[in-house]
Amino acid sequence: MSVERPSPTPSAAPAPSLELRAIDKRFGSVHANRAISFSVARGSVHGLVGENGAGKSTLMNIVYGFHRADSGEIWVNGRRVDVGSPQDAIAAGIGMVHQHFMLVENFTVLENVILGVEGGRLLAGGLARARTELEKLARDYALDVPLDTVVSELPVGLQQRVEILKALYRRAEILILDEPTAVLTPQEADALFQMLRRLRDEGKSVVLVTHKLREIMAITDRVTVMRQGAVVGEVATATTSPRELAEKMVGRAVLLRVEKTPAHPGETLLAVRDLEVRDRLGVVRVKGVSFAVRAGEIVGIAGVSGNGQSELLEALAGIRFPTRGSIMLQQHDLVREHLGPRERRALGLAHVPEDRLRLGVVASFSAEDNAILGYHDRADCNRGGLLNRAAIRTACAGKMAAHDVRPPLPGLRLSAFSGGNQQKLVLAREIDVDPRVLLIGQPTRGVDIGAIEFIHRKLIALRDAGKALLIVSVELDEILGLADRILVMNGGEIVGEVAREQATEETLGLMMAGVKGEGAA
Amino acid sequence: MSAAGKLPRWAELALLPLINLVVALLLSGVVVRLLGESPWTAFKLLASGAIGSQEGIGYTLYYATNFMFTGLAVAVAYHAGLFNIGGEGQAYIGGLGSGLVALWLGDRAPFLVVLPLAILAGAAFGAAWALIPAWLQARCGSHIVITTIMFNFIAASLMTYLLVNVLIKPGQQSPESREFGANAFMPAAHEVLARVGVTFTASPLNLAFVLAVAAAALVWVLVWRTRWGYALRVAGQNQAAAVYAGISPPRIIVQAMLLSGALAGCLGLNELLGSQHRILIDFPGGAGFVGIAVALMGRNHPVGIFASAVLFGALAQGGSQLSFDLPKINRDMVVVIQGLVILFCGALENVFRAPLAGLFSRFGPADAKDAG
Repeated sequence: MSVERPSPTPSAAPAPSLELRAIDKRFGSVHANRAISFSVARGSVHGLVGENGAGKSTLMNIVYGFHRADSGEIWVNGRRVDVGSPQDAIAAGIGMVHQHFMLVENFTVLENVILGVEGGRLLAGGLARARTELEKLARDYALDVPLDTVVSELPVGLQQRVEILKALYRRAEILILDEPTAVLTPQEADALFQMLRRLRDEGKSVVLVTHKLREIMAITDRVTVMRQGAVVGEVATATTSPRELAEKMVGRAVLLRVEKTPAHPGETLLAVRDLEVRDRLGVVRVKGVSFAVRAGEIVGIAGVSGNGQSELLEALAGIRFPTRGSIMLQQHDLVREHLGPRERRALGLAHVPEDRLRLGVVASFSAEDNAILGYHDRADCNRGGLLNRAAIRTACAGKMAAHDVRPPLPGLRLSAFSGGNQQKLVLAREIDVDPRVLLIGQPTRGVDIGAIEFIHRKLIALRDAGKALLIVSVELDEILGLADRILVMNGGEIVGEVAREQATEETLGLMMAGVKGEGAA
Repeated sequence: MSAAGKLPRWAELALLPLINLVVALLLSGVVVRLLGESPWTAFKLLASGAIGSQEGIGYTLYYATNFMFTGLAVAVAYHAGLFNIGGEGQAYIGGLGSGLVALWLGDRAPFLVVLPLAILAGAAFGAAWALIPAWLQARCGSHIVITTIMFNFIAASLMTYLLVNVLIKPGQQSPESREFGANAFMPAAHEVLARVGVTFTASPLNLAFVLAVAAAALVWVLVWRTRWGYALRVAGQNQAAAVYAGISPPRIIVQAMLLSGALAGCLGLNELLGSQHRILIDFPGGAGFVGIAVALMGRNHPVGIFASAVLFGALAQGGSQLSFDLPKINRDMVVVIQGLVILFCGALENVFRAPLAGLFSRFGPADAKDAG
């Protein structure tokens, strides 16, 4: 295989660090895990990929003791262990870093690390011991974290590091990371991978649960692919390709980059001049930005998250009001006329927000009620002063069919849909009203590969139909795959504009880091 | 989400409240036993007092009418994401509005003129009393729980002042207004029924019960079938999404509280125009607070509120019967039973949910919907 490790005894292969044998788990009628077996070699990084709902999280929750398998065995270092609770898992040397951190925000790093293993009634002794040990861990694994800083003041990347330290402090030999890069900037993700390599070289085993194939290719030694609750393949990473993995995950051939013809931009539909946006504290987040989006083109805004893209998008959509500048749409200055989201929709501006669950949907509502959010005042949703429930249901069923939203049940709660299907529904809602300009934040955040391809195709079809699209994404791949023109934001400013043909990951990456591009306007 | 905690709809809406109710009654039985009375006798007296006679049923539904108005008031605010604890004060001031109309027109205008004006005045006064906390919440972010509680006290003081100094019937000791003119009396149920040839024992049950049921229907239509109700529910569930959708949360807060206060303000129609026929001190008698429990137990849905209002009406009526027949059990004991029902149906409603969900996932039909 691809990993070379010194074998203590050449005759007998060493027992795997973690081995799962025929793990089976059902929730009601849902068969979440079907006889899953796989093993993780000591000192390796093992990838676990699959679409949302493939059963990865369930499996890892079984390993970490949150759920109990209906049948099957867990073996650690050649010993069968019974994991009935996270405490059992920790005792067996298994540590887990959750996608949503389990940290007490107003505690310091040190307090967080010893939480639950304080060692005695008084804190002082435990804290002192922990400090010495953490300093050693930080040295050994290059995991520097300011121990006395309150967690809420740390950037996300460092918070994640605290989670890893927590696991190591509890003597974890096997580290499970669930979608660790979902909240990280590309730079932070690189730092994380550096850290994981270090841990691997020190003999720890790492299980990386993700649906991002780039990460699998970048860091893992072996990879297990899951689909619909079952293992559909296990390969050495060196012998496979993203395309092959994607096909295994989805169960059919997928295009990782959708093909498109050159753009034929027409008239300017959206013109932004000297726009300044402040946040609630009065800090300037967008500093005098000017650009235009024309009919029949996709303009992509690239940048490390937190550089003003979100504020820009919200200002364009009418959720925040800018403190200076103008936004021209259909001969209206949206800023001067103080038009809100509703009036902007009436002018043909649609918005797929970056943070779907916070802004774009009401998770506790049915799909059909979500499919009219923002458009509930329109004539086709109402009849005689009442909501026209029948029409709303029919319209939602139509959108679900046209956008392949599964399951196609308009009455089902939105939270019961997977991220990809939620996103398709939001997209359907915003496209269905035939807007002139579409603002799209993170088009495929939390969306499966199969759905990504679908969404990208839709966006390009919209462009070809003469719409003006503005896309904000932190995924460089996505920007490169979709945009005809790329604007790079850094520190609230547009630091460069590049035509797609001239753009490479390197040039964009430099601009994102704040180095002004030569092609900059 | 995990599979735990999911129940079939019928179990969620009927079985779970029923289990909670039974446990509350069992515990009440223990308390009754400790007092040296037989729980079974007490329970029989409670039930027969509430629903064992026409008079009992009349009283039960009469109390339920009050609870429906205040329960609906809590529910409307709840759907907008607001906890309106001020039902008591809004009912008190709203009753003042209805009462003033009744005093003014009760002996000089026909009932069909007095009634709509009394409804309007009650709703308007109740809404006005809710407006100030609503405005403070919408504008300044002052927490509506705090302000509505405060406004209960202000309402009580204001009403005491008005009744003692302004509205009191001259030459009388107790702080009450004079009696309304007969044209301001709500038709009593037994009178109306007698006119169509049905004999029904006299009770305070009156036309306001029908108005409360109509209000419940109106609330259902408004909240679930109009675009305004849609906006209300969006703002209540996710304020950021409301802003995204072009809905103004401050405006919704004010509108929802106006409706909430108006509903609570209708209590006077039942209590004053329907039964007391005068304005008197503390006529809401805690119905504003019971309304919170009614809404909670009724899952903030008009149908559930109707059912739980009738239940609390039965507890109130059966309870007074109980304290009348069993001297060891006084009014306070009835409050204890009510408190236990509120505790189990409201605060502890989740205690039996997890075990019940476990039973359903093991033995029930496999229709788990969450495939995530």
